[in-house]
Amino acid sequence: MKENTPTSVDETLALLAAGRYVADRSLATALFLALRLKRPLFLEGEAGVGKTEIAKVLAETLQRRLVRLQCYEGLDVASAVYEWNYARQMVEIRLAEAAGDRTRESLGSDIYSERFLIKRPLLQAIESDPAGVPVLLIDELDRTDEPFEAYLLEVLSDFQITIPELGTIKASEPPIVIVTSNRTREIHDALKRRCFYYWVDYPDAKRELEILRVKVPGASDKLSRQVVGFVQKLRKVELFKLPGIAETIDWTEALIQLDRVALDPKAVDDTLGVLLKYQDDIAKIRGSEAAVLLDQVKAEIASAERRP
Amino acid sequence: MTPTSSDRDPAENSPDQSRLVENLMFFARTLRAAGLPIGPGRIIEALRAVEAIGVGRRDDFYWTLHSVFVNRQDQRPLFDQAFHVFWRNPKLLERMMAMLPPSLTPGGENVDKREELSRRLAEALQAGRATGDGNDGEIPEEEDVEFDAAMTYSDRELLQAIDFEKMSTEELASAKRLVSGMQLPIMALPTRRFAPDPHGRRIDMRATLRAQLRSGGVPALRRRNPRRRHPPLVIICDISGSMSRYSRIVLHFMHAVTNDRDRVFSFLFGTRLTNITRMLRHRDVDVAVDRVAEKVQDWSGGTRIGHCLAEFNAKWSRRILGQGAIVLFISDGLDRDSGEGLTREVERLHKSCRRLIWLNPLLRYDAYEPKSLGAKAIMPHIDDFRPIHNLASLADLTSVLARPGRRRMEGVSRWLEQRNP
Repeated sequence: MKENTPTSVDETLALLAAGRYVADRSLATALFLALRLKRPLFLEGEAGVGKTEIAKVLAETLQRRLVRLQCYEGLDVASAVYEWNYARQMVEIRLAEAAGDRTRESLGSDIYSERFLIKRPLLQAIESDPAGVPVLLIDELDRTDEPFEAYLLEVLSDFQITIPELGTIKASEPPIVIVTSNRTREIHDALKRRCFYYWVDYPDAKRELEILRVKVPGASDKLSRQVVGFVQKLRKVELFKLPGIAETIDWTEALIQLDRVALDPKAVDDTLGVLLKYQDDIAKIRGSEAAVLLDQVKAEIASAERRP
Repeated sequence: MTPTSSDRDPAENSPDQSRLVENLMFFARTLRAAGLPIGPGRIIEALRAVEAIGVGRRDDFYWTLHSVFVNRQDQRPLFDQAFHVFWRNPKLLERMMAMLPPSLTPGGENVDKREELSRRLAEALQAGRATGDGNDGEIPEEEDVEFDAAMTYSDRELLQAIDFEKMSTEELASAKRLVSGMQLPIMALPTRRFAPDPHGRRIDMRATLRAQLRSGGVPALRRRNPRRRHPPLVIICDISGSMSRYSRIVLHFMHAVTNDRDRVFSFLFGTRLTNITRMLRHRDVDVAVDRVAEKVQDWSGGTRIGHCLAEFNAKWSRRILGQGAIVLFISDGLDRDSGEGLTREVERLHKSCRRLIWLNPLLRYDAYEPKSLGAKAIMPHIDDFRPIHNLASLADLTSVLARPGRRRMEGVSRWLEQRNP
């Protein structure tokens, strides 16, 4: 088995940077601990701050398989863990009946063998893999309901799954687990307790600029600075949904597509829908408020340039 | 406190086992009256346990009874107090069992203990003593019923209709007790999860195949249907000055509802919003209410409904209304900010929940019309409008929540208004 997990916080940071993910040192620390102590990492934060991205980057840079479990209400064992292939099982029964060469017991043990098992994400994740343990991404856990959360408790603490007909399957080594939540529901303490918790916050201006340079290399320096300045200002306004990093990136890309090299009030008004997703918020910012914010941003950038 | 072995133990001087039995029974009843769930089975268990451990040491005796009678951490303070008062109070001992050595020093510690005795326990002890008075030593089993019921039936009937505002302290106390036993069935809704159901509409392949194999190929289809479950309940209660008489009893109601089911979230607001969900989860109502009182700082002050709802919408609605919650909004609609910004926030609240029900104590007046600016702002955005001023109206809530309700379609009515002015 390949052992390429980082051995220090700095290495973790470098690893994420190699995957074009600009992370805070605090996040790298939490991730390093999770990798080191082989416990799940629970990431909570507003939508669009890059929670899911971490798992993807991790799988890519560590060259592991990414097993993704997207949660939704009513997610059950049949679609999250395993399911029997009923059609094949029935054909098998029919064949056995026609041939008449098998007893009921032997048939029973036969059709409940691994051949007829459909493996779903959780089961896939605890299977051993020659490339190293996979990265298991349990995305948007808050979308599922409490019964599934309770089931996860067993999986996340012992990394074993019990199939009544087959027995217990245990992971030889626990997978790298990343759990994300948008907080549309409170996750039970018992589950959080089993994980390392990290609140993914909006980045500060310096880091956001860094992210923008990595993610949208085509944007001019002036545009990037203005975009970051504007978004940072926007996050201080009382809005229903603040723009995340994903929105910043989208907005910059949109502006590039419109051939803008700098922000002007009209461009902001025209593309505000990329940044803000609630009508109330857009109505509040569009027009004079946006112009005021933009002037402030420009003044700040100008004074920052004059100083050095 | 740590009892020493030199403390008198309950049966040291008395070989009379039957007295001990009586005593234990009385102790158990006292605990039960104070709210601990103790049935006859537990009393028998306690007797067995005491027999097994012996009554040689006071601390052993304490922990023996503790292990039998207490099954939740939050019952412990009550048990502790009850134990120390019951097994030490000379009067009780003389009167009811006369088997323990007359007394302990009336030391300061003892007095303190009694002073901080919870009122509920004091009542329970009082009741116990009163029962003990008449037929010392011989208490027929039937008395259990009366012991439990603090009030007679007709008392309850009368109490139902009295306005909370007009209740005396004792009446309010009994009302609180009635409220704490209240059940609030909420209509269960189909979830996306399935349960076996012989008349279900979907075929459960896994169960069918397993059954088929067991029975040897007889094709019997197993079926399943969506499981049903009650939606989350969110209670937002006004605790401003104009509501103060109601909010205290509503708090008891909130506690009863919280402890009756999962997925209940409670908020209080006056000038600011406080989430009290965690505090109300404490099983003991007195402790829970005390904790709430510690946390909330704007009791009986002004009201800023719009501001508080805005805070709720921004901070909490996405976290707890996600799964189609029913919202109970308890307020008289009198707003210090005179309804400023309220319409928008109530509309948003209504649009993010399954049902918004406004409980208003002012509705007890037949002539009440929502004329205050706050009430006017709230009215167009609620699904149901109910009084909440006496026990009967609280109990009536059942009929609202147990049935599917009408939902107001704001968009449609506004459109209709525009078309036919």
